[in-house]
Amino acid sequence: MIGLEYVYILAGLMFGAFAVQHALDRANPHRWRSAVFWGAYAVSFLFGSHLPDTVNGAIVLVMVALAGIGGLRPGAVRSTTTEQRVASAARWGNLLFVPALIIPAVAVLGTLFLKYVTIGGAPLVDPAQVTVISLALGVICALIVGLAILRPPPTAPLHEGRRLIDSVGWAAVLPQMLAALGALFALAGVGKVVATLVTDYVPMTSSFVVIATFTIGMALFTIVMGNALAAFPVMTAGIGLPLIVTQFHGDPVVVSALGMLSGFCGTLMTPMAANFNIVPAALLELKDRYGVIKVQVTTGLLLLICNTLLMYFFAFPR
Amino acid sequence: MLVLSGILVVIVGFVAGLNPLLVVTVAGFVTGLAAGIDPAAVLADFGHAFITSRYVAIVWLVVPVIGLLERAGLRERAHTLIGHVHAATVGRLLIVYMLFRQLTAAVGLTSIGGHAQMVRPLIAPMAEAAEENLGPIDEETRMTIRANAAAVDNIGVFFGEDIFIAIGSILLIKGVLQQSGITVQPTDLAVWAIPTAILAFIIHGARLLLLDRRLKQARERRS
Repeated sequence: MIGLEYVYILAGLMFGAFAVQHALDRANPHRWRSAVFWGAYAVSFLFGSHLPDTVNGAIVLVMVALAGIGGLRPGAVRSTTTEQRVASAARWGNLLFVPALIIPAVAVLGTLFLKYVTIGGAPLVDPAQVTVISLALGVICALIVGLAILRPPPTAPLHEGRRLIDSVGWAAVLPQMLAALGALFALAGVGKVVATLVTDYVPMTSSFVVIATFTIGMALFTIVMGNALAAFPVMTAGIGLPLIVTQFHGDPVVVSALGMLSGFCGTLMTPMAANFNIVPAALLELKDRYGVIKVQVTTGLLLLICNTLLMYFFAFPR
Repeated sequence: MLVLSGILVVIVGFVAGLNPLLVVTVAGFVTGLAAGIDPAAVLADFGHAFITSRYVAIVWLVVPVIGLLERAGLRERAHTLIGHVHAATVGRLLIVYMLFRQLTAAVGLTSIGGHAQMVRPLIAPMAEAAEENLGPIDEETRMTIRANAAAVDNIGVFFGEDIFIAIGSILLIKGVLQQSGITVQPTDLAVWAIPTAILAFIIHGARLLLLDRRLKQARERRS
């Protein structure tokens, strides 16, 4: 059965190739810093499942030290010039979109159908991981088609991939670090303490106060945790069910659906949701690390008000 | 109470502009120690949590393909394509993409889109081209357009995906309520995602039209 581990090995090989390029880049005086950073990341993908937890923790510390103290520098760019790209774009035309669209097409088809494929009674891919595996499959298909059409030097995908990941830099690892921090928060019981604080200090006298506390609490908690899914169980057990549903007889369907969406409003406003807010700023080479968040804050706040009012008017059946 | 010190570290660290990887690591250790876990165990817990979260980084597998296509002029082609569409403005283009992202996410197709696959190679160059059709643009305008391109991808998927019944957040709601003895149908939850989805489209769509107006005023000031 093809599971997540195969995808991790693929990712490990890719990051390993990036590390080797940095190590060979004699022109970059900081080449070893980048080489060790991406090399350590490659090791965590290739062997992480088999290494002791302490060793994995030490690998993370090495990466953090390299990126956090001194920082990473991009390596030498081996790509085409703007003039070459304009000429190439004119030559290939809309054919260039084909490999780019193969990735989502294969990812969607794989997600829909791969779980039904069996070999000798056993499923071909791990049904729980079918989305991630389909994405990896989409990338492989797109790469094959792209190489067949464009016929670049065979090392071009790895050079270009490294150019892109260099422009993102340490931010590429931030979403995973934040997911790990979320797990540590859960282990230490941070959620329960926050819910207790909210319920202890806000006067829960009217249905509107309770509902506003719940929706704003969901947004604030999501801003802190970076993930509405982490905030939802805590806020629902602390306020949603005991107060809105049991005490004020709110409809659990309306309360929980709009509560989750209030959390999503929080996601729009926090650097802790790095994969949505910080990584794209790096990918698009924005000067302001918080540029994407600044665009989203107004929409997030307005929608939070909408969710609160919707819940107030529709959670109580009359 | 003491376990909240990690949150304080995060806030202070982000506000002070320190390297986020460093901030997050320190916050993790502070939280673990405050919860009474010994340092060696915190290191192991952090390592374990990092390894089990590797799936978050799988999206980076796309960079060799996107890089290869950029090398061959993908962004330039996306740019040219919009250059021929004279009705295109930044706001209108991004509204169309946001609607597309909401509708596809609502039927479960959340993998269509994303910042690495769609926004950097296609949507951002198209949005820049739409503005460049109307005149030369400065660096600050370019940054504003790019940030807006990234934002519509988020807003579209966040306020579309909950209309689909088999998405993680809907299943989580069902599971949490189930534990308290309340059984709900995913379809009922999904229906209640529709009003917010429509409001998200109206609110952010209106803001994008305002962006068009701001861009127009900036153009007129320059000329």
